Amino acid sequence: MLLTLSSVTKSYPTVEGTTIVLDGINLALGAGESLALTGESGSGKSTLLHLVAGLDTADAGEIAINGRNIAQAPDADRAAMRRGTVGLIFQQFNLIPSLDIAANLAFQARLAGRHDAAWVAELAHTLGLEGLLARYPEQLSGGQQQRVAIGRTLAVRPALVLADEPTGNLDEATGDGVLDLMLRLVAQTGAGLLMVTHSPRLSARLDRTVRLSGGRVA
Amino acid sequence: MARAGLTALLSHWRRHPLQLAMLLLGLSLATALWSGVQAINAEARASYAQAAGALGQDGLDRLVSGDGAPIAVTVYANLRRAGWDVSPVTEGVLIGTNLRVIGIDPLTLPAQAQQIDLAGAGLGDFISADSVLFVNAQTAAGLRTVTRYPIRVAPDLPSDVAITDISLAQRLLGQPGLSYLVLAPGNPKPAPAGLTLQTPQGADDLARLTDSFHLNLTAFGLLSFAVGLFIVYSAIGLAFEQRRPVFRTLRALGLSARALTGLLLAELLILALIAGVVGVALGYLIAGALLPDVAATLRGLYGADVPGTLSLRPAWWAAGIGIAVAGTLVAAAQSLWRIWHLPLLATAHPRAWARASSLALRWQAGAGVGLLVAAVALGMAGDGLWAGFATLGAVLIGAALLLPVVLTILTATAQRMARGVLAQWFWADTRQQLPGLSLALMALLLALAANVGVGTMVASFRLTFTGWLDQRLASEIYVTARTPDEAAQMLQWLAPQTDAILPIWAAETPLAGQPGDVFGMTDHATYRDNWPLLYAIPDVWGQMAAGTAVLVNEQFYRRERLALGDTVALPGGALPIAGVYSDYGNPKPQVILSTDQLIARFQDVPRLRYGLRVDPAQAPALAAALQAKFALPDGSVLENASIKAMSLQVFERTFAVTAALNVLTLGVAGLAMFASLMTLSGMRLPQLAPVWAMGLTKRRLAGLDFARTLALAALTLLMALPLGLVLAWVLLAVVNVAAFGWRLPMYVFPMDWLRLAGFALIAAGLAALGPWRSLARLVPADLLKVFANEH
Repeated sequence: MLLTLSSVTKSYPTVEGTTIVLDGINLALGAGESLALTGESGSGKSTLLHLVAGLDTADAGEIAINGRNIAQAPDADRAAMRRGTVGLIFQQFNLIPSLDIAANLAFQARLAGRHDAAWVAELAHTLGLEGLLARYPEQLSGGQQQRVAIGRTLAVRPALVLADEPTGNLDEATGDGVLDLMLRLVAQTGAGLLMVTHSPRLSARLDRTVRLSGGRVA
Repeated sequence: MARAGLTALLSHWRRHPLQLAMLLLGLSLATALWSGVQAINAEARASYAQAAGALGQDGLDRLVSGDGAPIAVTVYANLRRAGWDVSPVTEGVLIGTNLRVIGIDPLTLPAQAQQIDLAGAGLGDFISADSVLFVNAQTAAGLRTVTRYPIRVAPDLPSDVAITDISLAQRLLGQPGLSYLVLAPGNPKPAPAGLTLQTPQGADDLARLTDSFHLNLTAFGLLSFAVGLFIVYSAIGLAFEQRRPVFRTLRALGLSARALTGLLLAELLILALIAGVVGVALGYLIAGALLPDVAATLRGLYGADVPGTLSLRPAWWAAGIGIAVAGTLVAAAQSLWRIWHLPLLATAHPRAWARASSLALRWQAGAGVGLLVAAVALGMAGDGLWAGFATLGAVLIGAALLLPVVLTILTATAQRMARGVLAQWFWADTRQQLPGLSLALMALLLALAANVGVGTMVASFRLTFTGWLDQRLASEIYVTARTPDEAAQMLQWLAPQTDAILPIWAAETPLAGQPGDVFGMTDHATYRDNWPLLYAIPDVWGQMAAGTAVLVNEQFYRRERLALGDTVALPGGALPIAGVYSDYGNPKPQVILSTDQLIARFQDVPRLRYGLRVDPAQAPALAAALQAKFALPDGSVLENASIKAMSLQVFERTFAVTAALNVLTLGVAGLAMFASLMTLSGMRLPQLAPVWAMGLTKRRLAGLDFARTLALAALTLLMALPLGLVLAWVLLAVVNVAAFGWRLPMYVFPMDWLRLAGFALIAAGLAALGPWRSLARLVPADLLKVFANEH
């Protein structure tokens, strides 16, 4: 199994006391499989995604990626995992404003030490970015920026792609186009996909849907 | 409405206390450095004014002889008989002391020139057989041990001045003639034949002589103020940009653009007043700390008496607060203009400020190049002190404007040349930070360049000065006798014990209309081998020995634009110039002719001072024996080593103020870096979080951020070096020549640069430490906020 979550819990201290965001989550995702994570605002979707990405640590439980538990792993180990194994796609694109599109596309792959120029060129072609490589993020539309973010993630050929509302900042037609591309390319690389979305229409396009409610799997 | 609006605007500072602290600190320090320097200048000028006002005859027209020689008493008597209302004055400095003796005739002295009460007992003292010396209390304390004449205290007299009857002055000074005749107002003009009319200057000689010194101080104060204003500009610019959403809301709620600008102006005035008061108080402390050194410098260099303590002057307080307000308005002008003109209802963007700055980069480059071209033109075509300072200003501001442009090009080149992805990102991200950091870096550039420039100037001066002292003080011992008889006995006693006895005789005489000195020089190998000649004709020493030519000091040579072979008008006839010698630390023109010529032209010249050539190893013993044998007072026998030590001490104190201002300016620049980095660190998260998310640890990111600050400081330092050397060259070749009349060779001191580089990097490192710490301590939750979709 590519990803396994067992009894994962996470809470945050607030002024009113401790708030439990995730409460004993169990989940599994196979290689090449796609899973939509849905739920109302505050249900813990993004937190779950951040824990899987190693951006934060769980209070308890186990998060195994390719059999390796990262739930409470040290920062350096989680950073190494993010560089090479996991790819992240954010709603706000989060491109690096100081680098041009070509550099943004290749950034993570080069960071992970597995830059494949031919693969990046193919991604740029597939994503329709060939004419935009010399531009900077702020010169691109939202849809174009998100296509760059997808290309950046897939350039490293991650085993697991994590997407947090990847079309949330785009209009429906653009969002659909971007999602089509993302699903096609993820399938092409054989990676697993865990996508957070509010939209039942989008979640229906993935293999499975898991709904969170109040920090638990509904 | 206004109150509500102002409350909303001021609430920003409550949420950003560090920004507020930086703004107030920057403005306070800028005001402090400026007003501190102004306080020093005001104190010194007030002392000059007191001195000028106390010596009444300095404010009246006077008649002097055309050739600078003393006026014969018969000339005076003839003028009185012809109906001229003139009064005789004999004036000079008592040999071996700093005491300026002014001998007057109380019966004929015009009322306007009477600085002491001559009515009643005072007049009796003057005309009594045993005349008294009138001095102030401070001078009296030092004088009682060295004179046998009665002393009366006249509190309004300046220090080191003694007023007495003309006959006593003539005896004391060994000068039977009259120095000049004071003219009562209303006398006929022009001057009678053989005499020249001198009208009083607008400011007295001392003020004129010291003008260049005060201008130098003012220029440094202005530079420090400008560096401080960079902090203010930066803080105000960022605060305005961060409050764009608030401005938008206020406008949407019905506040007009005029009202909003007015409120912002009111807010700025409140801040400026607070910082102004703090700054002026700090300036008072700075001035109080520096004044003793300045007073020592003015005394050593110009003989000016400035008290080492500071008086509180209301005008200075008002000017200090005024400059704080003016500085704030200048620093805020661009931001206010933007608020007035930019579409406030457009979507706020956290990077709008940076983008606007990048758009201005081209204009900045154009202005920078234009200023550098203007500086070159000014340097080539300009003349005088103001042209020198204008050149300096244009070079410094031009280079500061070009700094962000050059750094942008350098970081872009580094990015292109970098091979690793992190290195590429590092340089790209560094370039991205430049708009926010450029003001602080410009301040750092100015401070570093000032350090290199002024440091090079002072060190070059020190090296030249030390070498010059060695040349100039070639005799091993210098001795001053109290009377001609004592001098004669001393010479007799010294003759068998010395290799040579060289007279050092001098007379005061106007040179090209200014008070000057004429020295005699005996033909001797000491001078041929050692005298520091800058320019000379081939047979300079032969002509000097023959008495057919003179040497002139550099300041006289440059000020009067003389050339070798030109003649100098002297009592007894003009002589051509055979050589020019360096004469540092002397503001007056000076001429040297052969001793025979000196005696022939100034028959009454005091013959009391001599240089003794002896085996250096024997010098201390001979000096001690000489002093003991003739019971000479301290200071009458000096070994050259002690004179050198005293001279170097005066030199070091002269530049102590400069060094202090240098350090303070560098400190302010470091603070500007800290302020900018702290402000920017809060805006950096959106740029750093994605890189962190892609697998770089916080520790690594913080390390890279720290390295970025050091890299920028190092690049700025690299630019500051050539700029500082240009600054040093302008100071040495233009400003010093115009201010003091001497041009110094320029030497470079790479070890000083290394030390400065170390200080600069430490300052930058300290400035970056706070942001580094907060970045390294970020918890994931802070970084995750960047990715949060649900706000």
